[in-house]
Amino acid sequence: MPAHPARGPGSPRDHPGSPAVNTTPHLLIVGAGQAGAHLAGSARDQGWKGPITLIGGEPHAPYTRPPLSKTFLKGQTPLSSLALRSDAYYTQHRIDLVVDEHIDHIELAGDGTGTATAATGRRWRFDRLALATGARPRHLPIEHADLDGVLTLRDLHDAQALAQRLTTATALVVIGGGFIGLEVAATATAAGVPTTVVEAAPTLMNRVVSAATAKIVATAHRAAGVRIRTGVRPLRLRGTNGTITAVELDDGDELPADLVVIGVGAQPRDELARAAGLHCDNGIVVDAHCLASDGHTIAVGDCANLPDPSPASDGTVRLRLESVDNAVEQATSAAGTLTGLHRPYRSVPWFWSDQGNLKLQIAGLARPDDEIVLRTGRRPGQHTTLRYRGSRLVAAECLNSPADFLAVRRALGEETPLPRVTAADTGLSLKEHLAAARTPR
Amino acid sequence: MPKIFYTQPDGRQTALEATAGDSVMQTAVRNGVSGIVGQCGGSLSCATCHVFLAEENTDDFPPVGDDEDEMLDCAATERQDNSRLSCQLILREGQEVHVTIPEAQL
Repeated sequence: MPAHPARGPGSPRDHPGSPAVNTTPHLLIVGAGQAGAHLAGSARDQGWKGPITLIGGEPHAPYTRPPLSKTFLKGQTPLSSLALRSDAYYTQHRIDLVVDEHIDHIELAGDGTGTATAATGRRWRFDRLALATGARPRHLPIEHADLDGVLTLRDLHDAQALAQRLTTATALVVIGGGFIGLEVAATATAAGVPTTVVEAAPTLMNRVVSAATAKIVATAHRAAGVRIRTGVRPLRLRGTNGTITAVELDDGDELPADLVVIGVGAQPRDELARAAGLHCDNGIVVDAHCLASDGHTIAVGDCANLPDPSPASDGTVRLRLESVDNAVEQATSAAGTLTGLHRPYRSVPWFWSDQGNLKLQIAGLARPDDEIVLRTGRRPGQHTTLRYRGSRLVAAECLNSPADFLAVRRALGEETPLPRVTAADTGLSLKEHLAAARTPR
Repeated sequence: MPKIFYTQPDGRQTALEATAGDSVMQTAVRNGVSGIVGQCGGSLSCATCHVFLAEENTDDFPPVGDDEDEMLDCAATERQDNSRLSCQLILREGQEVHVTIPEAQL
């Protein structure tokens, strides 16, 4: 994808302190990931008339991230096909895209206006600020994590480095059995690199799916040749001449490795917001309109701590959602806040992950103690785990069952009831059960 | 260079020059063609890139796959015989493709 050259000084908005022109207020979006890019386009589509500046720290125009741990690592996705929007799109929508600039200071006035300053000294005066600063990989407090050959995977630069390493690696250890770690493990194994996943919890994907779904996924990965060790923690990393050679586990085992990928979750990038005086607590705290504590600044995507947007939620539970769905849907809602439509963010959160040959799709948000109803599909490898809280369906984890996923996502959005007994009957598809539930008797 | 004609439910048409190897979905999303959401980025996970493919283009693409078939059954706009998920329509050099966008994707 073509890198956008950073524009030099002298652009019309490069005059700190110049008075705001209220007829064409300037929207500054800091962070050019999926959420920031979508917010820019959506604000324009929903009627924002003034200038829009979208600033990203990476040297690329906004790109799609999910392939980075999947097809891109296999070399099946060329760089050019990752771009979220064409160059012409930004021009046509009058979005001033600035790349390779790190904002490191924000002056924020009580009315939401202010100035953002980049590390290079460039400054942007804004009338309205949106933060889409994303998240960074969680740091693992382990000895020698700085050895050569120890990687994390978050952005395109990381993915390119990992793809390169995978061409010569002979033993990969993935620390963390979550979505990203397992996707990397599946990709590496398929590419012929012997791979071991080390997960501290007793089951894989422990924070996001039920033990039932995790077990099916683990079985599939093992069958594909991925070695999985659960219930053990890495104690320290070992190296020779500054390069990784092994991972020492807390049960006394030592796994030889010339490549280690650490995938133990992500932390919100909320430092700028904190320094600007916005309330942060596991991310930038926002309301259902995506407004931060000052009532003016917008925060969207992985960096935002928001009220649970699920239709059935009473709004008291707060969380961060790291997903493409949330980035896009929250940004759409935020654009409405900016343009005066003020639609609160309501949506059935959903996630997907390619786990080797399994397509995992999750609709809704389950809690660890939600009960399960397991359904096996008509095609081999099809499993759907429905999650119930009392008598209420709250989520579904679907393996190779896209129809079930779509049916449940819709049912959750419409709050169509699906009694547990009915759900357990596999004589009809979930779509058929739900269609029947919608038809008044 | 492949060329795609997108027709909106109200009859408005957008013509775009595309890149071989890209999909009909990607080309639409990158250029802001409304009505094609493509939220999952083309991994057959969301069914928000449903289109009706013109009859003359039927044989230009591989047939509907199993997952695509299941997902089309659950698309927001009722499926028709010529329904496709546009993320599965990968373009080749020289193609001219006509698609119509349904009323709703979500």
